[in-house]
Amino acid sequence: MSGLAEERNARAPWALTAPALMLFVGVLLVPLAMTVMLSFHDWGQYKGIEPVFILKNWQEIATDSYYAEMFWRTFRIAILTTLLTALLGAPEAYILNRMSGRWKSFFLLVILGPLLISVVARTLGWALLFGGNNGLVNKLLMSAGVIRFPIPFMFTETGMVVALAHVMMPFMVLSVWAALQRLDPQIENAAMSLGAGPVTIIRRIIMPQIMPGVLSGAIIVFSLSASAFATPAIIGGRRLKVAATLAYDEFLNTLNWPLGAAVATLLLVALVLIVVGSNALIERRYAEVFR
Amino acid sequence: MAYLELDGVAKQFGAQTVVDDFSLAVGKGEFISFLGPSGCGKTTTLQMIAGFLDPTRGAIRLEDKDLTAIHPAKRGLGIVFQSYALFPHMTAAENVAFGLEMRNVPRNELAERVRAALAMVGLAGYEERHPRRMSGGQQQRVALARALVIKPSVLLLDEPLSNLDAKLREEMQIELRQIQRTIGTTTILVTHDQNEAMSLSDRIVVMSQGKIEQIGTPQETYEKPVSAFVSQFLGKTNDFAGTIDRTAIPARLVAGSWSAPAPAGLSGPVTVSIRPERIGFGDEGLGAKIVTRIFQGNHWLFQCDSECGPAIVIRQNDGERQPAEGDAVRLTWRPEDMSVRARTVT
Ligand SMILES: Nc1ncnc2c1ncn2[C@@H]1O[C@H](COP(=O)(O)OP(=O)(O)OP(=O)(O)O)[C@@H](O)[C@H]1O
Ligand SMILES: [Mg+2]
Repeated sequence: MSGLAEERNARAPWALTAPALMLFVGVLLVPLAMTVMLSFHDWGQYKGIEPVFILKNWQEIATDSYYAEMFWRTFRIAILTTLLTALLGAPEAYILNRMSGRWKSFFLLVILGPLLISVVARTLGWALLFGGNNGLVNKLLMSAGVIRFPIPFMFTETGMVVALAHVMMPFMVLSVWAALQRLDPQIENAAMSLGAGPVTIIRRIIMPQIMPGVLSGAIIVFSLSASAFATPAIIGGRRLKVAATLAYDEFLNTLNWPLGAAVATLLLVALVLIVVGSNALIERRYAEVFR
Repeated sequence: MAYLELDGVAKQFGAQTVVDDFSLAVGKGEFISFLGPSGCGKTTTLQMIAGFLDPTRGAIRLEDKDLTAIHPAKRGLGIVFQSYALFPHMTAAENVAFGLEMRNVPRNELAERVRAALAMVGLAGYEERHPRRMSGGQQQRVALARALVIKPSVLLLDEPLSNLDAKLREEMQIELRQIQRTIGTTTILVTHDQNEAMSLSDRIVVMSQGKIEQIGTPQETYEKPVSAFVSQFLGKTNDFAGTIDRTAIPARLVAGSWSAPAPAGLSGPVTVSIRPERIGFGDEGLGAKIVTRIFQGNHWLFQCDSECGPAIVIRQNDGERQPAEGDAVRLTWRPEDMSVRARTVT
């Protein structure tokens, strides 16, 4: 009797999570497994996809330096974007946090507002400002005689980093903001009463405490930047490919699905390893303080 | 001569006056408590002394120097915050060492002073612990050590014991008092706990709505409260409506069936204020009936219904027979135990 009840109780969580679990398996795990399998299939210009098991695509990625360069570029852009958002976003969040009531909510809205606008629209904005001879800023600066040639922005890594950093900034600011909320409101006064100046307070009291927030923001920004598609597609176009745009091209232009799948799988695996690894490192480093 | 002096200090937030006309002279080595209900401006006053807030009016002087002109980081005061505000990413020893580092104390001396400060608050051996891994009482001690190690001219404590449970709070009170006596630091303690204020301080500043109600020794404020607010706030009290009859010869103070020779000065309607433990049961006096009798170990608490309204009486449990619930009794007290104030008749 009680054994039966216990058994039913043990089954209840599974039964209750079943719908969500099925959705998860159906729309995430199955396509993921199929993508991985696809990366081992063969492909030819005329024969299309052949469901056999070969390592051709993986060999191509491993040996052709084109792919190494492309992955290196992807992660370089992601790292630079992360650094830029951390460098600008952390002080931004700190200043925001020190503002008084009304201004605080206003500027929080300004920072989060872009999240409501599509990434495509935001990136196209950069293109409108800096895109070649017709870009608004370029036109103005050239007519003012400040520059003779348009500022190189489109199809450059710098442009991609700047545009990506703009898109990713809210994630960093929110993450640091959350860490700042956990600070004791009197902590700066405490440090001040012990004789610390403003620079010392920021360097020795504030920074160490918001570092976990900066790092978790960095993980979010890094993984989103490395797998970003819209911004690299618009700024980088066909000339400057990253992993996501390359996979897209293999799927939709070359129609070499297996190769595209291999690129996508490699990106996913690399990202998971980096994110899980750095997360573990951060948790170990800050275990003493934030348990 | 006053060591720390507040002279007509006031603080306004917008149109709201939070502290008004606050004047106080603190002697060197004195232990002062700011006592008052929540929101009466205790923290605000303390923060003005600390320099985190600027007074709207008035002056604050330390050894005759204008304190408000000195940056908070240069005032050299020791502060213990209500939330402790310890640095969570530093160990106990690093927390205590911070203020010494800011003063560029040489390494050897620094280590020695940190060790001594932690030992003084009973935390020897906890040097490498992080605050999050310490109990509330231990964190509170670290905060105290951190404030004391810089040898502050004045120690400011903002409800440092309010987060502790009753037993620990009592222990810390005794310890705090001992430490303060030993090193003789001038101390201001903010609290809304009257027992804490009375057991710790040399003088109590009773505050209400941003104003000082009374300044005096614990005994003075308890036994000779200058206002109804002070007598109500410092422990239980009985307020009886009485009258002073100057037509009788000699003039008499009458409350119900109780009467005594009238004190000098007042006349007409008055409030007679008397502490419950100063009332006794006698053959004549204020007529009352005992409603409830509560045994509290070392004393009995009686709630009575008297001619002048509800009354409470506390009697020592000294083995004497005590009246039972429902008994009719007479309440009496010595005239010198009461305080009498003019009463406005509504
Ligand atoms: N920054 C501020 N702006 C506006 N009003 C404030 C500000 N700080 C405090 N007050 C008001 O000043 C009054 C006194 O506050 P204060 O913190 O000094 O009270 P307190 O006596 O310390 O109370 P508690 O025992 O609850 O700590 C309160 O009514 C509070 O609302
Ligand atoms: Mg307070």
